Amino acid sequence: MATAADTGKRKIVINPVTRVEGHGKVTIHIDAAGNVEQARFHIIEFRGFERFVQGRFYWEAPVMVQRLCGICPVSHHLCAAKATDVIVGADKLTPAAEKIRRLMHYGQTFQSHALHFFHLASPDLLFGFDAPVEKRNVIGVIQAYPDVAKQAVLMRKYGQEVIKATAGKKIHGTGAIPGGVNKPLSIEERDFLLKDADTMVQWSVEGLALCKKITKAGGQTLLEFGSFPSNHLSIVREDGCMDLYDGKLRAKDADGNIIFDQVAPADYLKYIGEEVRPWSYMKFPFIRSLGKENGWYRVGPLARVNNCDFIDTPLAEQERQEFMALGGGKPINATMAYHWARMIETLHSAEKIRELLNDPDLQSEDLVVAGEKRPEGIAIIEAPRGTLFHHYEVNNQTDQITRANLIVSTTNNNEAMNRAVNVVAKQYLEGKEITEGLLNHVEVGIRAYDPCLSCATHALGKMRLQVQLVGPDGEVVDEKLRG
Amino acid sequence: MTSPVATAYILGYGNPGRRDDGLGPALVARLESLRIPDVVLDSDYQLNIEDGAAIAGHDHVLFVDAAESGPEPLELKPVRPASSIEFTSHAVSPEAILAICEDHFSAAPKAWTLGIRGYDFDFVEGLTPRAQANLEEAVAFVIEKVRTWKETNYG
Repeated sequence: MATAADTGKRKIVINPVTRVEGHGKVTIHIDAAGNVEQARFHIIEFRGFERFVQGRFYWEAPVMVQRLCGICPVSHHLCAAKATDVIVGADKLTPAAEKIRRLMHYGQTFQSHALHFFHLASPDLLFGFDAPVEKRNVIGVIQAYPDVAKQAVLMRKYGQEVIKATAGKKIHGTGAIPGGVNKPLSIEERDFLLKDADTMVQWSVEGLALCKKITKAGGQTLLEFGSFPSNHLSIVREDGCMDLYDGKLRAKDADGNIIFDQVAPADYLKYIGEEVRPWSYMKFPFIRSLGKENGWYRVGPLARVNNCDFIDTPLAEQERQEFMALGGGKPINATMAYHWARMIETLHSAEKIRELLNDPDLQSEDLVVAGEKRPEGIAIIEAPRGTLFHHYEVNNQTDQITRANLIVSTTNNNEAMNRAVNVVAKQYLEGKEITEGLLNHVEVGIRAYDPCLSCATHALGKMRLQVQLVGPDGEVVDEKLRG
Repeated sequence: MTSPVATAYILGYGNPGRRDDGLGPALVARLESLRIPDVVLDSDYQLNIEDGAAIAGHDHVLFVDAAESGPEPLELKPVRPASSIEFTSHAVSPEAILAICEDHFSAAPKAWTLGIRGYDFDFVEGLTPRAQANLEEAVAFVIEKVRTWKETNYG
């Protein structure tokens, strides 16, 4: 078949579909004197989640929901599987099933965190927020730090291999099923992954060392950038240990006081509310006991490291202690500390992968359990970007999902990202013009949260972000678009 | 992957849950059923940086994506490593994948993008009839293309 490309008669334009769920918009409202009154981060995404799964059979959910997000399909896969465990009455999985799921989850966290730090955050950190966009991108990193950039590619590849061995195909991964998993890890798969496990731990140590070095060199300026006190939410194990796969909800305030602890996933609605604001499609979750105004919180690596009492892998625990010492044991509230915490979790994930690969339970054929069916399933998992809730109601006669409620990580961080934008706008807005410097800093502040949307990405130092400066009468004083 | 010695790598990407966005993976699924020797097939929701490692060692690479505009039923375009990589966490371009391959793995396969025209990208499973028809044309086109590659020994 002759195509336009072959005949060369006209210009070829292929427009690949943008695989992002939305874009970001920041509005900065100023008063007559030009002072920032309020800055808002609008996210236009995540519509249709619940509609997407209604009417489907509950056992389809772990596969279906992967399509909600091409960035973290494994998190949705596992969270839906955990919710359907409840529906099929599988209150305790077999050791093999739980460990294989955990291996899949740590593989996902490992590759996601490595990608974010080395290819998205490190250009900002290594070259400075004000560096020219031509340099402040991953190509700049490749040129200046070729070994670091290559390690990131190989770490990411390793994490994907772990996922492939446990979940199956990248699209339509079916590893986790209601009540367990559908296959053990073969000896061949185990040995293939084990041969590089030590290297992954070592590279994680080196990446974390680089992150610490940069952060310390940035000093107070870096730590104070976009910072503010907040509550922190995550799941933790019963003994307070960090657990990214399973646990109960714990919330701490900015000083480290416990707001609530060991809240079962099934009770989340008693403790967490969701506020709708007219200017954003994304809801604003809050801790009910503190109200809408004060009950907002952070999730993700920073919240998890702040919230847990310890980490059960030795190298990561040592790093956690050093990190927490910065705040004298109290939670760290610096936005840029997300990157440091993210690298502690990267190391933890690498250690966990190595530990699990050496566990003979992974070769057991005892993979699935079931009990008495229930009409509702609620599950929580710590996705790379933060706490993820899946809640399904099912008609037990037809097995169809009648209602679903999903609170994704980025939604949980919604108010925190708004606060970050507010702080940065107040700090860097000069006059009535949106400067490159302001854009850069807004971008860096949002990116620390690794939100699941296109505007937090790093296309040549730019991102798909619309920033509007709005005057006291509602008129648009200035507007800039990136990406 | 189907073979470590293959000389062609065909990667279809897109989200089957967004209707015609699933054209890339759908094409790969069709080719898998043919079991073409010496051709590595892969599919994913999107391109990722590690694809730069995966394509190293192959002579020819075909990136297959849905196209939301442009010619029907498909369009083939040669693609080269980007001198400046367009990189996001949500989407990496074929040019970027080639650049990572060249910079990190010292390989420079010949590469093309194949855009198969789609029409509807809503949260719906399955292709539209028009996209399905374009897919059929694309399958035949790729089979012919692979045959030509093999006949010329990937020259």
